[in-house]
Amino acid sequence: MKIVLWSTSIKANSQWLIAVSRIQNNMENKAITTDKLTKRFGDFIAVNEISFEVDKGEIFGFLGANGAGKTTAMRMLIGLSKPTAGKASVAGFDVYQQTEKIKKSIGYMSQKFSLYEDLSVQENIDLFGSIYGLQKNILKQKSQQLLSNLKLEDDKNKLVQSLPLGWKQKLAFSIAIIHNPQIVFLDEPTGGVDPITRRQFWDMIYAASANGITIFVTTHYMDEAEYCNRVSIMVDGKIEALDSPNNLKKKFEAKSMDEVFQQLARKAKRADG
Amino acid sequence: MPTVQLLILPLAATYEMKNISLSVIDNDHSTYAQQLINKFTASGYFKLTDYSASYKEALHQVEKNNADIILQIPANFEKTLIRENKASLSLNVNAINGSTAGLAASYAGIIIKNFNAEIREKILQTPAANMQPVIDITYSNWYNPDLNYKKFMVPGILVMLLSLVGGFLAALNIVSEKEKGTIEQINVTPVKKTTFIISKIIPFWIIGMIIFTVGLIICKLVYNITPVGSYITLYAFAAIYMLAFLGFGLLISTYSDNQRQAMFVAFFFMLIFILLSGEFTPITSMPQWAQVVAKLNPLSYFVAVMRLVMLKGSSFTDVSSYFLTICGFGALFNTWAILNYRKTSG
Repeated sequence: MKIVLWSTSIKANSQWLIAVSRIQNNMENKAITTDKLTKRFGDFIAVNEISFEVDKGEIFGFLGANGAGKTTAMRMLIGLSKPTAGKASVAGFDVYQQTEKIKKSIGYMSQKFSLYEDLSVQENIDLFGSIYGLQKNILKQKSQQLLSNLKLEDDKNKLVQSLPLGWKQKLAFSIAIIHNPQIVFLDEPTGGVDPITRRQFWDMIYAASANGITIFVTTHYMDEAEYCNRVSIMVDGKIEALDSPNNLKKKFEAKSMDEVFQQLARKAKRADG
Repeated sequence: MPTVQLLILPLAATYEMKNISLSVIDNDHSTYAQQLINKFTASGYFKLTDYSASYKEALHQVEKNNADIILQIPANFEKTLIRENKASLSLNVNAINGSTAGLAASYAGIIIKNFNAEIREKILQTPAANMQPVIDITYSNWYNPDLNYKKFMVPGILVMLLSLVGGFLAALNIVSEKEKGTIEQINVTPVKKTTFIISKIIPFWIIGMIIFTVGLIICKLVYNITPVGSYITLYAFAAIYMLAFLGFGLLISTYSDNQRQAMFVAFFFMLIFILLSGEFTPITSMPQWAQVVAKLNPLSYFVAVMRLVMLKGSSFTDVSSYFLTICGFGALFNTWAILNYRKTSG
């Protein structure tokens, strides 16, 4: 009897060890993990126990109708908002305790254009570059490369407010990844942008992804969802579907991501807005 | 803009009276009466705006705001004066504005007294015999010998301008980033809160110092006021004061959600700070509660220091307790602002 007992406890122990090492392994391969992450505002549950993982180097599409809770979820991950419950880690750092460490390892481009409109292109690059602690010579080199990629060399002394929207968004994205972050969060980066510029924007996203940056992107354009490696769809604060676009289309017997989205979003009870 | 204010405000905030409108009811029409009226108009303070036949008529002019003061000369003024050696005059002052009324009455009193002395000399040909011993009080006004109100007001107004510019610009700053959304972009960067607040203070601090310099130049060129004390002391105070007041503005900014709210809150405090700064009325003559509020008012310390250093020539050691107090305000406001600025919302 005693021997059996011993053996089971050893077995349990070893299982526990395996579990621990698996978690650590996961942490190393995962850019983002969340476990029942929740955000309440009073009685309203904006984000309801969402659990998902994003692999390193992945382009992860975070979809959902307006008001489904995408932006709130994203704000928790980037350390702008404290979660009510649940766990999450971003770039290996805890979203409760290590928000400032998270901020060093990520880039963010918000829904609202948020570079300084009354500063010039060059000044914005220098400002954010130095906030992220880039050294002068590296910053100079990076900013030249950035300007030539965007073909903005001649306009670098223009005020940002004078640029067309598409250019502004491309500039904002380039600045968001100027410090070579592990993950970049893009909140509806292509809203209101023309199709050609959108295409160019996604080329930039692919280039960043090829450089090893994990992309976490929200969008309302379903053609863009097709470009993602994996996609999650949020409805009323919960993640209703999470898979690669092809698998999702098979599962929902749909021809396009648009149909998948229509099927899921129709179930939403929350008012649009 | 601050320059223009410094040029215009002292003219409006004057405690000196000129052009007091005088209404005369002359029931005597004698030489003496005429002499008295001439003395009034010749003083430069009074302006004869109206001759009325009756008191009622004159009062009507006061009601229409055409006259501030009524001088009533009774019939037989000259005769009574010569015969009985005394006569009465009546002076009615519109006291809606208390300080104006007080000044007008005292100016008029002095003029009548002078007139009295002159007449006596004329009537009594042997003045020495009749002269009673008079105790003559002589005043000597220290630090501002010619009682130039501008010397008194301008340094304080300079403080007010620094506070207005510093307070309002800072109060509107962070909140405008909240409205534009750029604060969000800053909040996702690893920038330290202290660094952020300091970066907000520096540009406004430089603007403040430029205004202060321009203000001192205007003091010299336009008002001919040269500080008796040292410029170094003045600048040391201005530098610390500006830091403190910018901290106050930023504090308002961190609490506000939009620019209108920040503007109203800033305006509310500014009004109280300015009225209780001791610039317009001495703090010592305020009621007890107002004196307590004035103690919590950074403006009152800087106004006091400006006057002490500019007019009295106090040295840095004389005013070091004020310096420490302003340092205290600076530390309090800025620390509070840094603590209240949150990169992560609840």
